[in-house]
Parts: sequence; C-alpha cells; structure tokens
Amino acid sequence: MAHGPDLSLSIARLTFGGEVLYKDFHLNVAGGEVVALIGPSGVGKTTLLRILAGVETGFDGQALVDGRPAPLAPVPGLVFQDARLLPWLSCADNLRAVRPDVSDEVVAQALAATGLVDVQDKWPRQLSGGMQRRLGLARALLVNPRLMLLDEPFVSLDRVVVRELQVLVTDLIVQSGATAVLVSHDPQDAARLAHRVVIIAGRPVQIVADLALDTLPAQRSRAQIIAYEDRIETAMVESAL
Amino acid sequence: MTPALDPRPAALRPKGEAWLGWASFLLMIGLWGAAALAVNSRFLPAPWTVIAHIGWLTNEAHLLPDFAVTLGRAALGFVIAMVLGTLIGIALGRSRLVDRLFLNWVVVGMNLPAIVIAILCFIWLGLNDKALILAVVLNKTPLVITNIRQGVLSFDPAFDEFARAYRLSRGQTFRLIHAPQLVPYLLTAARTGLSLVWKIVLVFEVLGSDSGVGFRVSLFFQFFDLKGILAYTLVFVAIVMVLEHVAISPLERRLLKWRTDQT
Repeated sequence: MAHGPDLSLSIARLTFGGEVLYKDFHLNVAGGEVVALIGPSGVGKTTLLRILAGVETGFDGQALVDGRPAPLAPVPGLVFQDARLLPWLSCADNLRAVRPDVSDEVVAQALAATGLVDVQDKWPRQLSGGMQRRLGLARALLVNPRLMLLDEPFVSLDRVVVRELQVLVTDLIVQSGATAVLVSHDPQDAARLAHRVVIIAGRPVQIVADLALDTLPAQRSRAQIIAYEDRIETAMVESAL
Repeated sequence: MTPALDPRPAALRPKGEAWLGWASFLLMIGLWGAAALAVNSRFLPAPWTVIAHIGWLTNEAHLLPDFAVTLGRAALGFVIAMVLGTLIGIALGRSRLVDRLFLNWVVVGMNLPAIVIAILCFIWLGLNDKALILAVVLNKTPLVITNIRQGVLSFDPAFDEFARAYRLSRGQTFRLIHAPQLVPYLLTAARTGLSLVWKIVLVFEVLGSDSGVGFRVSLFFQFFDLKGILAYTLVFVAIVMVLEHVAISPLERRLLKWRTDQT
C-alpha cells in the first residue's frame, strides 16, 4: 500500500492580533505517519492544521505536502472540531458537496464505512453529536485523502462514542495508509491513535516534547495505551503545561 | 404550542394551524359587516354589497384591465429591483471599499420620499410607464440592497473555510455555501418589497397615469364612490393573499425545510 505524503512545515513568523504566535517553528511528518499534536487550549494547534490544509496562508514560511505548497496539494481529508456540516443539505448531499461526481452507491459506502445507515435523506440537525462527527469523517473519506487532518474530532462526545470513533479512525487510517495529523488536548486520543506525539506550548509556540510510540496503534493493548497515556501526561507536566 | 408563542415564521409553522389565518380574515370581514349594519351609511357599504359590486365592475366596467396594467407594472418593477438590489447588495457586502463608497447612497435612497422620486421621474421622462417603473425601482432597490448586504455580512466564515479546505470552485461555493445563507434575506426582501411595490405603484398611478388601479381609485375618489374604492381594495387584498399563500409561503416552506422538517 502506498504511503501518504511527507509533510514539511516551516514557519519563520506568524502573528495573530499583534502577537507573535509562531517563530522559527519546524515540523516534519513522514509519509504514512500518524502524528498527534498535543497542547493546551488556545495554544495554536488548529492554526497548524489550517496551514497544512492550505487554508491559512498569511505567514512567513512554507508548508509542503510531498514537496508542493499546501494550497496546491491534493484535497486533504479535513475533519473539523464542530463537524461543520452544511445544515441546508441532506446528509447525502453533504458528502456530494466535496465530490459532486460520485454515485449514490459510493455515498452509501462512505456512510457505511463510518457506521451510518439510512441517513442519506436526513438533515444534519436530525443526527446525534456522534453521528454528525461520523458524517464529517465520511465526508473527509470521500475525497480519498492521502492526508487526513483531524481537529479535535472527539471533543464533547461521551466516552462510549469516543471509544467507537477512535477505533473507527484508527482502522480507516490503517486501511488507507494516509499520513495523518491529529490535533487534540487529550493524551488519551494520542495514546490510542498516534505513532508519534508532538507536544507544543509557549509564546512563540515551540515543540517541548517529541515522543515516538513504538507499538502500532491498531495493535496496542489496553495496558500499553494506559502506559503511553501516562508517558504523554508526564511529558506535558514536565513541560509545565 | 400556541401561534402567539411560536417564534417560527408563519410559513414554517405546522400546517394544522393554517385555519387560524383564514379565521382571522373572516373575523375581519365580520367586523366590517357589523360596523356597516350599525352605521348604515353610504360611506361604509357592507362587505356583501361591495362583493356584488366587484361582479358588476368585472363584467360591466374596467376592473380586469385595470388590475392587469397595475400587476404588470408592479411585477416589472419588483423583478428589476430584486435583481439589481441583490447584485448591488452582494457587492456591498463582499467589498469594504464598495461598501464605504456607496452605503451612504443607499441610506439616502432609503429615506428619499417616494413622492419626490416619482415627481422627478415624471418631470424627467414624462408621464409614461418608463417613468413610473423607474420610480418604483428607485424606491424599492435600496430596501433590497440593505437586506442582501446584511445577509452577506452575516455569512458564517467557518463555511468559507470548509469551502477553501475542500477546494470548492467559486461557483460551487456560491451555490452550496452562500446562496443558502442568503435565502432568508431574499425572502424577507421579496415579502417587504412586494408590499412596498403595491403601495407605491398605486400612488404613482394616481399621480401620473391614465390607467391602472391607482388611476381608477382616484376617479372613484372624485365621485365619492366608496363602493368602488372598497371593491378595488378587496380585490387587491385577495390578490395579495393569494400571492402570499400560493407563492411566497410555499416557496419559503420549501427553501427553509431544513430548519423544521421532522421526517
């Protein structure tokens, strides 16, 4: 299976509201790697994701996806924190919004892959929070992404739904071989999903810890996940987060 | 939920409550009839007398051609003003420069007395349909611009970010992201615009036309023909109600179905 793209992010300077958010910041992600970006709320994690998605371009530096500037790279599978579904479109049409050419069958397959059935004709507001996240994930999958960008995809959901979605996301990334960057403030997300955990903090933002998690996410035992979670939490505490 | 406490627009409330609207209309006619019986004056004819008179005006006089002319003028003025107002409103909402440059023009346009615009148009272009329709358009367009500009300014930037991330084209972004957010503002502009257009077309017909409902009502006024005035008014109200319940409300219900649909 072909791996997803290599990522190379280099920010010389990025200001927001007069404040220097990033200065001399560098991050490289190997193709097929799943990296969790962990840091406190408001530190600027989502900004990094927006840069990699090619949405944020107002900074000194460059974001390269397999050597191409991010805005010119193939469409990433971006999963938003708030699902960001278009409320005036049915669930099926929300998927078609990013791929108008796909057949009903492909739409149904994408929905089924995320565990959604019989929702094609429903409106997004008729779905539960967990189902809306699944729909956002199905939409991201529909563009056959080589790069998955996930912005706090499990926040504000109950534990059972979070567990289901974590398993689902892990399976989907493993199946596709995509490179993935997961933004979260929760060590548990990283311990379950990531190959590598990058902890960021401060102003300007710096990488305060870069941890490799040896066992593949899909093969981790419960004990390993707890151990990884402890390791990440310890690194966060030592970084005075 | 009682209608009075229901925050939804009338068109979005359950259909089961529609009879209340018709009941209120019948109540109005009933009150009018009771008042006419109580006063017993030629200055307040009863509704049944007026309805009978509508029949006579239709068969023996000019009711149908008068309404055809007025409706034609109102429709033309309405369509031109909606198209122009929508385009200008989008331009103002999307560009700070255009907004700063022209917003004061819109404010002036909103507050210029309709009668002044009409008189100027009649003086410049003569007492003809062109002048009348131009006056209607000049009166109505600022209102549409204001509504649409407000709609554009209220676009949710989160959806624009979604469109950029998924590399939607400008056409797709307009169709999937912007147009649906504009719909409520367009409907408001259409509804308030229709009511305004009716009124000003009639006033302008009184002022400078030799045809249409306004012209005919001014003739009735000269002869104190209350039956004629009320007959034309009643037909007018009927047309407005039909437009509201056959065109605008169903359209609103269809376009905003995503807000309330329970299926």
